[in-house]
Amino acid sequence: MSSGFLKWPVQAVLTALLLGQSPSASAEWALNMPPGVTDISLEIYKLHMLIFYICVAIAVAVFGAMIYSIFQHRKSRGVEPAKFEGSTKVEIVWTSIPFVILIAMAIPSARALIQIEDTRAPDMTVKVTGYQWKWQYEYLDEGISFYSNLAIDSNLARQVKSGIDPNSVDNYLLDVDNPLVVPVGQKVRILLTANDVIHAWWVPELGGKKDAIPGFINEMWFRVNEPGTYRGQCAELCGKDHGFMPIVVVALEDAEYKSWVSEQTSATAPSGAADSAGNVQPAVDVSRDYSVAELLEAGEKSYITHCSACHMINGAGMPPAFPGLAGSGLSVGDLAAHIDIVLNGKPGTAMVAYGSQLNDLEIASIITYERNAWGNDTGDVVQPAEIRAQR
Amino acid sequence: MSTDTLAHDDHHDHGPEKGLKRWLFTTNHKDIGTLYLLFSLLMFFVGGAMAMVIRAELYQPGLQFVDPAFFNQMTTMHALIMIFGAVMPAFVGLANWMLPMMVGAPDMALPRMNNWSFWILPFAFAILLSTLFMPGGAPAGGWTMYPPLVLQLGDAFPFLIFSVHMMGASSIMGAINIIVTIMNMRAPGMSLLKMPLFPWTWLITAYLLIAVMPVLAGAVTMLLTDQFFGTSFFSAAGGGDPVMFQHIFWFFGHPEVYIMILPAFGIVSEVIPTFARKKLFGYEAMVYATASIAFLSFIVWAHHMFTVGMPLSGQLFFMISTMLIAVPTGVKVFNWVATMWRGAMTFETPMLFALAFLFLFTIGGFSGLMLAIVPADFQYHDSYFVVAHFHYVLVPGAVFAIMCAVYYWLPKWTGHMYNETLGKWHFWLSAVFVNVTFFPQHFLGLAGMPRRIPDYSTQFADFNWVSSVGAFCFGISQLLFAYIVISCIRGGAKATDRVWEGSHGLEWTLPSPAPYHSFEEAPEVH
Repeated sequence: MSSGFLKWPVQAVLTALLLGQSPSASAEWALNMPPGVTDISLEIYKLHMLIFYICVAIAVAVFGAMIYSIFQHRKSRGVEPAKFEGSTKVEIVWTSIPFVILIAMAIPSARALIQIEDTRAPDMTVKVTGYQWKWQYEYLDEGISFYSNLAIDSNLARQVKSGIDPNSVDNYLLDVDNPLVVPVGQKVRILLTANDVIHAWWVPELGGKKDAIPGFINEMWFRVNEPGTYRGQCAELCGKDHGFMPIVVVALEDAEYKSWVSEQTSATAPSGAADSAGNVQPAVDVSRDYSVAELLEAGEKSYITHCSACHMINGAGMPPAFPGLAGSGLSVGDLAAHIDIVLNGKPGTAMVAYGSQLNDLEIASIITYERNAWGNDTGDVVQPAEIRAQR
Repeated sequence: MSTDTLAHDDHHDHGPEKGLKRWLFTTNHKDIGTLYLLFSLLMFFVGGAMAMVIRAELYQPGLQFVDPAFFNQMTTMHALIMIFGAVMPAFVGLANWMLPMMVGAPDMALPRMNNWSFWILPFAFAILLSTLFMPGGAPAGGWTMYPPLVLQLGDAFPFLIFSVHMMGASSIMGAINIIVTIMNMRAPGMSLLKMPLFPWTWLITAYLLIAVMPVLAGAVTMLLTDQFFGTSFFSAAGGGDPVMFQHIFWFFGHPEVYIMILPAFGIVSEVIPTFARKKLFGYEAMVYATASIAFLSFIVWAHHMFTVGMPLSGQLFFMISTMLIAVPTGVKVFNWVATMWRGAMTFETPMLFALAFLFLFTIGGFSGLMLAIVPADFQYHDSYFVVAHFHYVLVPGAVFAIMCAVYYWLPKWTGHMYNETLGKWHFWLSAVFVNVTFFPQHFLGLAGMPRRIPDYSTQFADFNWVSSVGAFCFGISQLLFAYIVISCIRGGAKATDRVWEGSHGLEWTLPSPAPYHSFEEAPEVH
């Protein structure tokens, strides 16, 4: 769109022509639901097309009659209005025909629904927890657990008046730091819940969505047929950053998946998960002293990913709900209390306990960054060992 | 007969008071109708301005104008204002103006309550709009007010609840007045099955209002006690269930949808026969279809929440009951088409709006049928497909019907003809741009764009751009509507009593403009 107004109509006509020839020609100007990569998503797609064509057929009949009437039965053609004003026979006919069509439609729908709701006998189970505003994935059998945040380049570009062109960001708003990795061909059961408000987990190509509700567990399942990366988003309004908690599912062949699992289980740190390129973050060596530059650089990145949604990238916060960190409060005050609130959160507020989400190095670097950024020149440097000690 | 009535009117000193007191203390159905309609027009522009903010932010990817928190306030307030401030008061205003004139009564049955039910509204909306300036901002959790999200609202929370209570009280009083008027004040000889369709649909709507507004009041009161008085109706931590709120809300919310469309059905059923110069086809079937829709509206609510994790049997029940609504709705559409069939149609502005209603509401009905298919709904739910669906039934549905009614009855109200050329311009601009705005949203939803997001992935950029351009043009076109209405109030060609060649019904037996008191002596209906 940034390419200018004049170019647009040309582009529109060309795209329309292209789409006429091959519906999957372009992701932009997409007109229809993706058939997806699971049997269920394909089933849903077929139902969607069936009901769509039924509607088109009815529309042709009804709109056809209307248009014919508008052109033929107009006063300017000198017609006399007819006198009829009702017919029970006709009413019965156009009550029963739709009834029969609907029953016919309900049967395949019910059949598909029964299949969708059958979550029995899964090959593996992942518990998915929605947070404001990220997802947590816990592989119940493998013991893998990690959080999945909006990727940092999308996060920087999506700030108000960021000046960064979203078109320059790969998979803008649909990319995460740690994707959900699953094997192809296996029945993956998803157990859904939420920590704060209601969220909904939706990856269109896997077929459908389900709500993640605090205090309750919902179930859904999918079996991916083709390896690939599939993207979706939270679909239930969950507050300020509802639009910024994407979902990425990477489906791998069985062997690749197994090697991913073994890499994960060898990395012991709480967020020792793979990034989207499959690189595992190294475990934290708490005995080492990190340089100020290292901590500040890592701290800025982690801050943007984990903290900026509420406290803002410039540390200004959004008072009264989300306090500012620049030049005020704990960030320039008592260090131990600062570490405590990051580790343990503040009950009754949106400030969650990051002790269970982030490793010692991440927390140390975030706190170091917060105490030295935006003019908070405390000069304090916090090492991972101090965090470990205060846990 | 009508000239007699007018002569009587002249003898008594029953004209309106002068100045502000006329409007503050009025108990006259026409004055109150006018107040409702003007209030609704004002709210239509306030809510519309919010829609412009939404579409401006969605014009291109990235956040250019507003932060996401304010964006959510705009979507929430836009919905609350358009539903409770624009569409519902417009229908009540039309009912106030037209019901006594259509059933042959002098005024509404309960005139003082009528005054009160209107004057609650400006205060309710002043409170609601004032939340925009409160710490923590206006409501931003969606008009559906789902907990736990709505409980995160700042100082505005109790004000939101209070204003919803006030709107509910106003609606209930309006509904009682309508039922009492229709039941007791019909002209001699006007049995229920001789009553025109507009009073009929409003009678049914009024019962829906009385049935569900208290349910909404209960739901928001439970939110209030959860927030301030330590209850946990909707908190799992205290043994409650957030999904229970959704069940209660939508038990109100689905009949509410029909509250906003049944009077529109009534309007279209008046207008199409007039301009087709032919009686409404299948009058009784229309009445029964309306009643069936009203009944079904109470047993379909959970189709708004197929993704909350309901038991299979529940999903099947709500899928089938929802699909059943298509049967009586289809009957209505078929009857309107049959009314047009072999008529002698002309296409003045009201007829154009009625025909656009017929086309575009039907498209909204089709997407509604698609949404009823639970497996497909798992993809459509909370996507822009839903946004397209409900805007099709609300804008070219309810709003076009309201405009249709205004053009149809405005000459009777003011005694002047509106400017037909400008009216046609307003129609064509609205009809074109409403489609430019909302049709591409079907594609966006199918391609995977969730609703209520302030920014989107670049693959959605093109259709969002089209939709925003359509929305700006649609918004600007509505200024023309305000201009046409105001200049018609101020003057114009003198309207005849019958106004339209094919007009039928008691309201056209009164002079134009209609006298301050409608039928002081009841007309005879045969």
